[in-house]
Amino acid sequence: MDYRTVLTTCAYCGCGCGLYLEVLDGRVVNTIPCKTTPVNEGKLCVKGWNIHEFIHSPNRLTRPLIRKNGALTEASWEEALDYTAGRLWEIKEKHGSDSLAFLASAKVTNEENYLIQKFARAAVGTNNVDHCARL
Amino acid sequence: MNEKVKAKVKELLASGRIKGFWGLRTMQGNIGPFLFSSPDDLDELVVGDRERPGDTRYPLNKLLVNLARCYPEEVFGVLVRGCDERGLKTLYSWNQLNPEKVVPVGIACPQELAEACECLKPFPDEFVAGEKAEGSEFVSVANVESLSLESRLEHWLDQFAKCIKCYGCRDICPVCFCKECTLEKDDFIHTGDLPPENPIFHLTRAVHMAGRCIDCGLCNEACPADIPLRTLYKKVADIIDEEFHYRPGYGDPKEKSPLNILGEAPKH
Ligand code: SF4
Ligand code: SF4
Ligand code: SF4
Repeated sequence: MDYRTVLTTCAYCGCGCGLYLEVLDGRVVNTIPCKTTPVNEGKLCVKGWNIHEFIHSPNRLTRPLIRKNGALTEASWEEALDYTAGRLWEIKEKHGSDSLAFLASAKVTNEENYLIQKFARAAVGTNNVDHCARL
Repeated sequence: MNEKVKAKVKELLASGRIKGFWGLRTMQGNIGPFLFSSPDDLDELVVGDRERPGDTRYPLNKLLVNLARCYPEEVFGVLVRGCDERGLKTLYSWNQLNPEKVVPVGIACPQELAEACECLKPFPDEFVAGEKAEGSEFVSVANVESLSLESRLEHWLDQFAKCIKCYGCRDICPVCFCKECTLEKDDFIHTGDLPPENPIFHLTRAVHMAGRCIDCGLCNEACPADIPLRTLYKKVADIIDEEFHYRPGYGDPKEKSPLNILGEAPKH
C-alpha cells in the first residue's frame, strides 16, 4: 500500500492554483485544493477539481498522429516534426508569414511560452501569437 | 497540542494497532493531508492551526473512505476534531466505513474556533489534546431569520447568483459519497447554466444534506464565491432536529438518519 499526497500546481490555466494529488499505488485518484497556497487558499474551479482525471484517461494522446488519407495514423516524433516543419515552411513560402498563427499554452512553462513567441516572431516573422484560451 | 497527538500516533503505529494514520503535515512550507505509516515520519505532523486555530483543516475522513474502499481489511487511524468525529459516526451509520477498522485520535478545539464555527460540540467524545470549549449558538442563522421573508429570499438569491458551479462544496464534503450526484443530472437541474439554476441547485444540495451534514464548514471554506453555505445547512439541520429530533453525528452511530427509514410523517 502506497498512498501519497503530492503538492503540485494546476496545469489548466495560468493562475497557478496549488493542489494535492492523491496517488494510490501509483495511480492518481483524486484532487484536494491546498489551503495554504496564497493564489487559491483552498479553492479551485471545476477544472482544477477534476485535474486528476486526464492523467490516466484512455482518451489521452500518447503518440503523435498524422492525418493520412483522411484517417489519423500513428507516427514517430521524427516523422511528425518533419511533416509539421515542412508544411509550415510551405505555407509561409506560398502565402506569407501572416498566414500562420501560433497559440501559446497555459499548460506549459513561461520559458516554453517565451520560445513559441520567439519562434513565431523571429523564425516565422509574424506577430500572430495568442493564448490557448481563445482557441 | 502537536506533541500529544504525535505521542499517541507513535504508540499506535509502533504497536501495529494501525496500518497508517491520516493526519496533517507540513510539506514544502504548506500544510496538507498526509498518510503517516512510520513512527519516524511524525516530526512534521501538525493539527491544522497555522495562523489561527483550525485554519488548515482538510476532509481527512474523505481520504480515509477512499483508502478503506481499496484496503477494507486494514485498520487506519485518523485525526479528528468534534466535527470530524460527527463525520465518522455519520459515515458509520450510512455504512461507508467500518467502525472496527478506524481508530480516531481526538483533539478539542479552542473557544475562539468554536465561536467562529458556531459549533454545538467543539470536541470529540474522547481527545488526547486541547480543552473542552463551550458550544456556540447558530448566530448566523438567527441573523438571516431576523430579515423579513422577502429580504431573506432576496439575500439567498443574491448569494446563489455568485456560484461558479465548481462543485467544490460537494467535492470537499466528508459526507457526500453518492456515486451519482443529482447536481450533475440535467433531468433535475439545468447544468449548462452559469450561475446554475437559482435557487434549485443550492436548495437541492441543501435538501440532500438534511440528516447528513455534520456542520464542519469545509464547504464554506472551499467556496470561491464566498456563499455562506454553512448557514444554509445549519438551518436545514435545525429543521431536521425540530421535526425528527435527530442531529447527524451527535448520537449513537447505530441510529439511522430519519430520512433513511420509512416511518411516520411529522404531524402537521
Ligand atoms: S466545527 Fe466544531 S469541532 Fe469542527 S473545527 Fe469547528 S469548532 Fe472544531
Ligand atoms: S458543513 Fe458542508 S462540507 Fe461539512 S458536512 Fe456540511 S455540507 Fe458537508
Ligand atoms: S463551492 Fe460555491 S461556487 Fe462552487 S458550486 Fe459550491 S456554492 Fe457554487
